[in-house]
Amino acid sequence: MAGAAGGRPSVWDIYSSMEYGPAPEGAGPAQAWLETHGRSFGHFVAGKWWKPEGRETASDTNPATGELLATTLQGEPEDVEAAVQAATKAFEAWSRLPCHARARHLHNMARTIQKHQRLLALLESLDTGKPIGEVRDRDAPLVVRHFYHHAGWAQLMGTEMGGWKPLGVVAAVVTWNSPLLPLAWKICPALAMGNTMVLLPPPRARLSALLLAELGAQAGLPPGVLNVLTGEGALAGGLAAHPGVDAVAVAGSVEVGRSLRRATAGGGPRLSLQLGGDTLAIVFDSADLDGAAVGLSDAVSCQRGLAPGPGALLLVQEAVAGALLQRLKMRLGQLRVGDPLDKAMDGGALADEAQRGAIETYVEEARAEGAEIFQAWAALPARGPFYPPTLITGVASTSRCVREEILGPVLVVLPFRTAKEAVVLGNHRPSGLAASVWTENLPLAMEVAQSLQVGTVWINGQNFFDAAAGVGGTKESGNGRDGGKEGLYEYVRPSWQSRPRPGPTELDYKTFAASYGADPPSVPGHSGVACPELEENMPRVDRTYKLYYGGAQKRPEGMASLPVLDPAGNVLAYVADGSAKDIRNAVEAAHKAAPGWGKRAAHTRAQVLYYVAENLELRREEVASRLGALTGAPPEEARREVDLGLERLFHWAACCDKSGGVMQETPLHGTTLRLCQPLGVVGVACPDEHPLLSFLSLLAPAVARGNAVVVVPSPRYPLPALDLCQIFDTSDVPGGVVNIVTGNRDHLSRTLVQHQDVQAMWYFGSPQGSQFVEWASAGNLKRTWVSHGAPRRWEDPAQGAGEEFLYQATQCKNIWIPMGEIFAN
Amino acid sequence: MSARNPGTELDLGSISRVQVNQPAVIRHAEQIQSRRTVKKDWQAAWLLRAVTCIDLTTLSGDDTPSNIHRLCYKAKHPIREDLLRAMNMHDKGITTAAVCVYPARVADAVKALKAAGCNIPVASVATGFPAAQTPLKTKLEEIRIAVEDGAREIDIVINRTLVLTGQWEGLYEEIHQFRQACGDAHMKTILGTGELGSLTNVYKASMVAMMAGADFIKTSTGKEAVNATLPVGIVMVRAVRDFYWKTGNKVGFKPAGGIRSAKDALTWLILMKEELGDEWLKPDLFRLGASTLLADIERQIYHHVTGRYAAYHDLPMA
Repeated sequence: MAGAAGGRPSVWDIYSSMEYGPAPEGAGPAQAWLETHGRSFGHFVAGKWWKPEGRETASDTNPATGELLATTLQGEPEDVEAAVQAATKAFEAWSRLPCHARARHLHNMARTIQKHQRLLALLESLDTGKPIGEVRDRDAPLVVRHFYHHAGWAQLMGTEMGGWKPLGVVAAVVTWNSPLLPLAWKICPALAMGNTMVLLPPPRARLSALLLAELGAQAGLPPGVLNVLTGEGALAGGLAAHPGVDAVAVAGSVEVGRSLRRATAGGGPRLSLQLGGDTLAIVFDSADLDGAAVGLSDAVSCQRGLAPGPGALLLVQEAVAGALLQRLKMRLGQLRVGDPLDKAMDGGALADEAQRGAIETYVEEARAEGAEIFQAWAALPARGPFYPPTLITGVASTSRCVREEILGPVLVVLPFRTAKEAVVLGNHRPSGLAASVWTENLPLAMEVAQSLQVGTVWINGQNFFDAAAGVGGTKESGNGRDGGKEGLYEYVRPSWQSRPRPGPTELDYKTFAASYGADPPSVPGHSGVACPELEENMPRVDRTYKLYYGGAQKRPEGMASLPVLDPAGNVLAYVADGSAKDIRNAVEAAHKAAPGWGKRAAHTRAQVLYYVAENLELRREEVASRLGALTGAPPEEARREVDLGLERLFHWAACCDKSGGVMQETPLHGTTLRLCQPLGVVGVACPDEHPLLSFLSLLAPAVARGNAVVVVPSPRYPLPALDLCQIFDTSDVPGGVVNIVTGNRDHLSRTLVQHQDVQAMWYFGSPQGSQFVEWASAGNLKRTWVSHGAPRRWEDPAQGAGEEFLYQATQCKNIWIPMGEIFAN
Repeated sequence: MSARNPGTELDLGSISRVQVNQPAVIRHAEQIQSRRTVKKDWQAAWLLRAVTCIDLTTLSGDDTPSNIHRLCYKAKHPIREDLLRAMNMHDKGITTAAVCVYPARVADAVKALKAAGCNIPVASVATGFPAAQTPLKTKLEEIRIAVEDGAREIDIVINRTLVLTGQWEGLYEEIHQFRQACGDAHMKTILGTGELGSLTNVYKASMVAMMAGADFIKTSTGKEAVNATLPVGIVMVRAVRDFYWKTGNKVGFKPAGGIRSAKDALTWLILMKEELGDEWLKPDLFRLGASTLLADIERQIYHHVTGRYAAYHDLPMA
């Protein structure tokens, strides 16, 4: 009945004011589930709830109200042991199941989750403060979709993922405030590919992971396949570094990513990083500004983004900045922030007061710098950890709020003049997660989408997600991918390979390979020092090997040489002793060449590689005989290595125009394109075995896919690489695409991996060097591919030219292009 | 009705570059429907407000004085008195905003409303409704006759030929003449959006109509294959907002055609609140063109008050 007492507005009051009323969603099912478990949870290990004695407990609360939801365990290192053991045991059978059986399991899990979708959505909303509408309409259906989609990949693993096998036990560490979707991102591909898992949900939102595990058991998942540990963040390091863990999949902050990269360095597990970074939005003067304003207000209010939090950096073309901001302010003023369980809320609660304080610090700092702050306070409830939708304008690109990611509903606005400037500004950031591009100009949209260094681009839209298209970033946002076929590669290894177990050693990272000139000196008078041979009383012209970068032979900055010995121990030649400065120069040269090379038509890149092969063939006998003289290989074997090298060149030339990307089958009305783009500059440290073949096997895929490389050839056998320089020069390889720096492999690798502007490091050397490369890559979170000292049979196509090389040489970007103009009649 | 829109000079420069992104509009439409809701008393109050915005309409070949008479009485008593009383809303003057008929039935409607003793305006469609394929001269004459017969609102329908062939000046000129022919009667301009080819054309036609002096812009005649859809509404109310930002003149909006359920009515109110603000939630700036909508709203109100679902015969028909 209307008009009741007690401050409730009458129908007449509402009729007059036309305000929105409350629209609460009943939390009954979630509360009932919590009650069923006595509001007290243990770990979920080996298919059962498990409460080891003597553990402390933590309170899991509703961040919006502070209400206690349940207590969970604070796991201890021994618990990690038990969970990893359970997962290891389960792996035996799970990984051997026929693909179809695993597909059934995932399918059943999808069904079970779908049946309990409402419970899952309510629980996540209660636990995280995320609005129920968002969880119910977007997150939960996406979780279900991920399971169905990956049930498909489980079924097709045999045919689609030939040559790959599961990794083993995957530890998933999620520290984002809203863990449900990221958990599904990790669980689905890992299980589909035959791995078993140990999940560590974020300390502040542990419940959805526990529910997922229970639903898994209910769906008939074998015990131990999906285990959940709860605890503080400190547990993550121990879990990641546990020798029984074969891979670590992370969704967390950049800092978490760095520390786990260091914690796992040299231990042999694979690391798949899905880190922070705010979303980028670029609005051009050719955009539908109203469409953009709606999309951006959505990005501000919702925590559903790719990133751990809402908010974005908005670049707007100066000519339309005023018109866009007018529309944005209107929209932000319409947003409703409040009770997360209200169906009509755009924004919910933050994780806690600390997060609120952190946001406020950024905003106030910007205000103090003279920025203009617009905040939609009207929407906000009086109490609780809420923050109003905020727009910051008039800031400089040096401001902290521009450079750093704000985990809150804040849109920071920077103007730009031209499309070129927009791309430069957009890429001029350490992170690279996702971007939206707003323009009705198709050529512009596609060019900008190609040029942005991010993992996802939405054209005229925001926050499109689907299981069929991988999410992930570039640079400091981590390079892991979850979803789509590209995401499967995070959870498999080549079939021929066993898990490297180097056993991390105590390495002094500060001094490892830090000093230049550590190799034996090449002083004249040293025994075996060669002098130019006489031939018919004429000395042969001295041949001095130099460095090769920027398309020219260069003397080393250190002006020193190293001897190269033949099998008998005699000096065969001298090569330049490259130093950090030479690496610096070579990287610079590579960067000059990389953009142009990456943009070359695939056909042209193929032609260049074929030309290299052609010229190598011309010099087959000579190269083979020099190889024999260097390594002592019999002529037949040396010739075979040259021939295999030729075949590798052909293989990667063939791949130039066949693996650039595909169309992803997402529900988008339009097109979702996966581009496999070059990484940029790749550092490559070559192994000693098969020095010519391994050099070509590593160089060719990188170059074929549009990267520029800085190669450190085998220190023991550097000559084949250097001999090829002349061939590169005569085969139209543009200067700077291939750069060769000889010298101490570990010293030069150290410089390469510590170079902030090298995008990936491939290291085929010692276990210690591998460990160092992994550890030091935490600096800019570059991609690494290391051998851990394990040799590979380069002459075997599976090992020397597998799909693995293609995966390592590219990064995926998904571009979402909605379509639609046809209308009514 | 609010102050008249005096219109402006035709300014094609401001609209020539506008491009409406259809997928973005469709997403926005979905969002509006999923992100906002009103429940319980709020729903009842909002539905009553919707009633006061209805142009209760009959536009049929078989309209006669008797069904026009019935329509007019329903306009005056849109919700059963006892239901309103239960919500304490019986004395708040809840009637529909207008009744809407063909020009030949205006006199019948005026007479019936006078007999019912109420001041609800009569709106008449005109200008060769619905196809607008009649000569300009007869269109103008049609308006004048309807006004003479007592119509206080004229729902003119634009010439789609001019839009589809890009003759924006011609369109402006025609609507301007309609406006003059209307005299003191308020002019609603029906765009026939289902026949305009693109949302960009919908936006441009909206702007030209407002520049030419439309007091309302209206989606459809109800006779096109596609009528009042939410995406079309979004584009039109954005045009209303842009015109207001540019000129300070408030133009009303009327979705019409295919609005049948109480839920539809709430969605349109939510759209107006979100896009234009509370001021556009009143009959002087918002109308719902509908014939069967009222019956569904009344049933929802019945359910709200009694907790039972009504049979159609429980409520008086229009």
